[in-house]
Amino acid sequence: MELFLQQTVNAFALGGTYALLALGLAVVFSIMGLINFAHGELMTIAGYVLMYCGLAGISFVFAVPLALLASTFAAVLMERVAFRPVRNSSGATMLVTSFAVAMILQVIFQNFISVRSQPVLLPEALSGSITIGGLVIGVNKLVAIISTVIMLIFLDRFLSKQKYGIAMRAAAEDFAVARLMGIRANTVIAGAFAISGLLAGVAAILWVSQRASVDPLMGFTPVLKAFIAAILGGLGSLRGAVAGGFLLGFIEIYLAAFLPPALQEFRDPIGLGLVVLVLLMRPNGLLPAASLKAEKV
Amino acid sequence: MVQPLLEVRSLDVRYGAVQAVDGINFEVEQGEIIALLGANGAGKSSTLNAIAGLVPTFGGEVQFDGQNITNLRPEMLPGLGMTLSPEGRRVFGTLSVAENLQMGAFGMKDPQEIAAAWDRVYTLFPILAERRDQFAGTLSGGQQQMLAVGRALMSNPKMLLLDEPSLGLAPKIIEQIFELITTLNQQGVTILVVEQNVSMALEVANRAYVLANGQIATSGDAKELAASNNLQNAYLGGA
Ligand SMILES: Nc1ncnc2c1ncn2[C@@H]1O[C@H](COP(=O)(O)OP(=O)(O)OP(=O)(O)O)[C@@H](O)[C@H]1O
Ligand SMILES: [Mg+2]
Repeated sequence: MELFLQQTVNAFALGGTYALLALGLAVVFSIMGLINFAHGELMTIAGYVLMYCGLAGISFVFAVPLALLASTFAAVLMERVAFRPVRNSSGATMLVTSFAVAMILQVIFQNFISVRSQPVLLPEALSGSITIGGLVIGVNKLVAIISTVIMLIFLDRFLSKQKYGIAMRAAAEDFAVARLMGIRANTVIAGAFAISGLLAGVAAILWVSQRASVDPLMGFTPVLKAFIAAILGGLGSLRGAVAGGFLLGFIEIYLAAFLPPALQEFRDPIGLGLVVLVLLMRPNGLLPAASLKAEKV
Repeated sequence: MVQPLLEVRSLDVRYGAVQAVDGINFEVEQGEIIALLGANGAGKSSTLNAIAGLVPTFGGEVQFDGQNITNLRPEMLPGLGMTLSPEGRRVFGTLSVAENLQMGAFGMKDPQEIAAAWDRVYTLFPILAERRDQFAGTLSGGQQQMLAVGRALMSNPKMLLLDEPSLGLAPKIIEQIFELITTLNQQGVTILVVEQNVSMALEVANRAYVLANGQIATSGDAKELAASNNLQNAYLGGA
């Protein structure tokens, strides 16, 4: 029982990180029909900012906002430079563009920073643990869960109460008509990228705080997982992305913890098998988006 | 000579090889109700969408209120005093009724003007006030059409473009929609309405243009057009 609770905490921490990443992918996809595979590199950028801040002796308290600022800014810049020129192209064109952006950034990291993994200085407190009702919980896990909850509440408030948040939902449902209302296409798309960059930044900090290192390919695996989570939840659906992220986190953690040792080798195929099973039962994902077609600009 | 509020000159709209609108000219004077008629595929929606900037024009010019708005981005239009209520209503189904209306007033700054817009729309459509917290997707077709028009009114436009507002609605509701067009016009809104319901449209309109194959086949005073009984057969595909 105690092991189970322990693993459940771990599942919430990992699932939350996937949820934030999947949400970032979904926000952009719902607005412009782009699956941004360079989302992972936004994470890597935030990771490197943490690393450099550590090297420069900047306290973690300041490093965190700097890292968030960097990934948010990078996301907006990415849209302006790479995605705006292909905005009206097919989904395939945009997808390939995002692969190109990801690769270019990886090469830049490899050549200008290092091909090898770099250590990131983290505050002592993060590696500690606290005991709640006999349960030993890592501070980094707790921070991950709390940060995820705060981000989800923040985003939910923004989308349901703020004029610009409502405009983003309107644009996600019918982009052309949203423009007829006077909602600027460029503003909404830049806003979607800014949010996705912020989410990638938070996810990066949580990711790095479990590993204390950053490498040029750091973003690849988590974003691949987030992509699976987004599909699992229903591509373009924000609630679906969150549900898919958590479900994937639970599947991975529980399999790692409770699969018999002889089967551990097959953990990933079994996990993906479960995902496929869910999709067989719900082809449009757990919580499909209202408008599956992303209206073109 | 007063300039027309909307002036369309040699407008061309193409989708690849398809010539949807083929060099049409027309104008709408301040205060008029103009009907744009034509059979399926005649190019009516393409004309409105090109005026609103939703589809690019291949050639020609659109002047609105003394400004050249050809190929202007659609988000700029409400600020200039024109809104389009598109074909098929296209309310934001996952937003509440009130949120849909709020989006209609997106570009407005003056709180008093915004409050007046809410008043006006809720007075015109009490049902929308009643259902303000409901998802727009759960409204009936007629209510959705009222929401679409209400949403377009929230920016307090000088001119309203309506694309088939009666499409798919029950006869009683259709009557209400045409009454509404007259009411709005009396409130000072200039209206360009695309319709397939020819008799009703000609009843409320001052003048009409009939499109066929992307060209203006005939035009003139609405009453005279209504009296010429070959209109249906000649241009609108029988019925
Ligand atoms: N997005 C598009 N791509 C290609 N062809 C189009 C497109 N939209 C319209 N067309 C074509 O352009 C022509 C004019 O279409 P349009 O929608 O303007 O007609 P309409 O008069 O509004 O018809 P309806 O009464 O059916 O709404 C038609 O032949 C139509 O098939
Ligand atoms: Mg049409």
